[in-house]
Amino acid sequence: MRRSADDRIFRFTTGIFAALVLLLVVGIGFELWRQSMLSIAKFGFKFWTGRVWDPVSGEFGALPFIWGTLYSSLLAMLISTPIALGIAIYISELSPKMLRQPLTYLTELLAAIPSIVYGLWGVFVLTPIVRKLEILMPPTLRKLPIFSGPPLGVGMGTAAIILAIMVIPFTSSVAREILKNVPVAQREGAYALGATRWEAIKVAIGYGKTGVIGAIMLGLGRALGETMAVTMVIGNNPQVSLSLYAPQYTMAAVIANEFTEAADELYLHALIEIGLLLFIITIVVNVISRLLIWSTKRRMTRVIVFPPVAKEEAAA
Amino acid sequence: MRKFAFILLIVAACAKQEAPTEAGAGPAAKRTVVTGAGATFPYPIYSKWFSDYAKAHPDVAVNYQSIGSGGGIKQLMAQTVFFGATDGPMTDEQLKSAPAPIMHFPTVLGAVVPAYNLPNVTAELKFTGPLLADMYLGKVTKWNDAAIAKINPGVALPNLDITIVHRSDGSGTSYIWCDFLSKTSPEFKKKVGVATSVNWPAGVGAKGNEGVSGMVSQAPGSIGYVELIYAKQNDVTYGAVQNAAGEFVRATLESVTAAAASTAATMPADFRVSITNAAGKGVYPISSFTWILMYQNPTDKLRGRIMVDFMNWALSDGQKAAASLGYAPLPQQVIDLEKQALEKIQL
Repeated sequence: MRRSADDRIFRFTTGIFAALVLLLVVGIGFELWRQSMLSIAKFGFKFWTGRVWDPVSGEFGALPFIWGTLYSSLLAMLISTPIALGIAIYISELSPKMLRQPLTYLTELLAAIPSIVYGLWGVFVLTPIVRKLEILMPPTLRKLPIFSGPPLGVGMGTAAIILAIMVIPFTSSVAREILKNVPVAQREGAYALGATRWEAIKVAIGYGKTGVIGAIMLGLGRALGETMAVTMVIGNNPQVSLSLYAPQYTMAAVIANEFTEAADELYLHALIEIGLLLFIITIVVNVISRLLIWSTKRRMTRVIVFPPVAKEEAAA
Repeated sequence: MRKFAFILLIVAACAKQEAPTEAGAGPAAKRTVVTGAGATFPYPIYSKWFSDYAKAHPDVAVNYQSIGSGGGIKQLMAQTVFFGATDGPMTDEQLKSAPAPIMHFPTVLGAVVPAYNLPNVTAELKFTGPLLADMYLGKVTKWNDAAIAKINPGVALPNLDITIVHRSDGSGTSYIWCDFLSKTSPEFKKKVGVATSVNWPAGVGAKGNEGVSGMVSQAPGSIGYVELIYAKQNDVTYGAVQNAAGEFVRATLESVTAAAASTAATMPADFRVSITNAAGKGVYPISSFTWILMYQNPTDKLRGRIMVDFMNWALSDGQKAAASLGYAPLPQQVIDLEKQALEKIQL
């Protein structure tokens, strides 16, 4: 009797904690909406598509910031995913035992560096290197839209590299955990079937696919919201451009840059609306990644439920 | 002056004992905390002033948070802080929407300088307002442009692209820079205007003075604008700028103070004045006041008396500390006007 009362109290309290999270998300969304009403009422959907950001005349459009955020994150994922997975595979499958622990610590140490430090390193070390590379780029390639514009050093390309470096430890440490948790039987089975090492690793990755996708998405979430390091190297010029050379801007960066000095109401509301858009985009990205994980999980379950042999028989 | 401050202190101490919130505590036992917030530019000297003042007045502590001019104005209007501080004067609109009349008090002067990076050019470059405006509008794009060569005779200017660097964060520095360019170029005024953040037609944005000067020092052919103090402390190369009298003047503490002195005769009663492109000889044209903001009729009389006493101290003894920190001190004429204005605060 006493135990069941305890159980109920326990369930009730933990339930409240769980509800708090939900309340917090709804509360943040509501507050962002409430504090950006002026801008929502004035610009409506045009805020999403407007390209002009002019605090003097009071005209605000968020498209360059949305573009900058998504483009820089996408580029960062393209750079970081293969590297991070490579690190994870090496540590969990291939590296000598002696190296395993130090390598794990080092990648995790990368995650612990504050983003302002990455930013300063970006400004003083990475930017001059990127500028040199940009100047060295062959003229024929410079004609492509992705490499057009003057070689400033700061810009989309540098921001993507910084972001990639920041994201790597997150993706790789989660991916490493996933690979570590793949049952030994999976690999042994592969070897028993005559698989090479590479093929056995492929089986292990295939088994942990959902988790690996989750790891990549975690990195993407980090890239979308990163502020300080990006604003220091991206050039902070609101324009929509494919070029890696072009100075661009992200949503988080414009909030951090302009919020403190935004004195008039509409300007402030427009900045908070950028925050609202970032909130919405982050939620959408998370939902998409959930769906992705869910769909691969379902496919995999099916494989397990119907072993290939049975499937072939059914087909025949 | 000393006596006056002393009397004020006694008054403040007595008032402190009367204040209901301080009941039970002796004047020396408990500090009265005055909170303020605002501009980051004067933060180094304000923190020195507040700490020096608190040493001389053990019963007072001033808590100043450098959250930015916009934030300072907002907090003052919301009455969450007792005083505000700003690098750009409040607009008429803001003053109208304030709950009660707010007064401006200039404290020190700052200046903004054009910093550039031209390898192999040792001569100090000269700039004019219209030229800088055209550069920042993206109209002058090469260093060997005729417009630059004309005012820099004898300087071998390279055939190099100009990279424009501006501040990405909202800043009083940008405000002063745009204010000067708007006064000297109608086109800049129309296309860009004056604010702490504007829609720049060209260039890259860098965060803070350190970001701008870092970018300029790395990229050959770049030009940016930084605070005079920052340029001096970090040995940034910067040019002279033509003033309204036609002279090319390099920014120094003297030429910045001269800019304020030249406007003293026409100083409006509320001190809300831009001193960029000021008339007169030897004047550096990209100079500006930075202000402390207070309500004319503060509801908290005790803190009002403390702040008035502090301001009187800052305008006399405090000014001596300005130069060592790189701020240009106020000219005597402006100090006299301010002391009269301080008496208008209803205590």
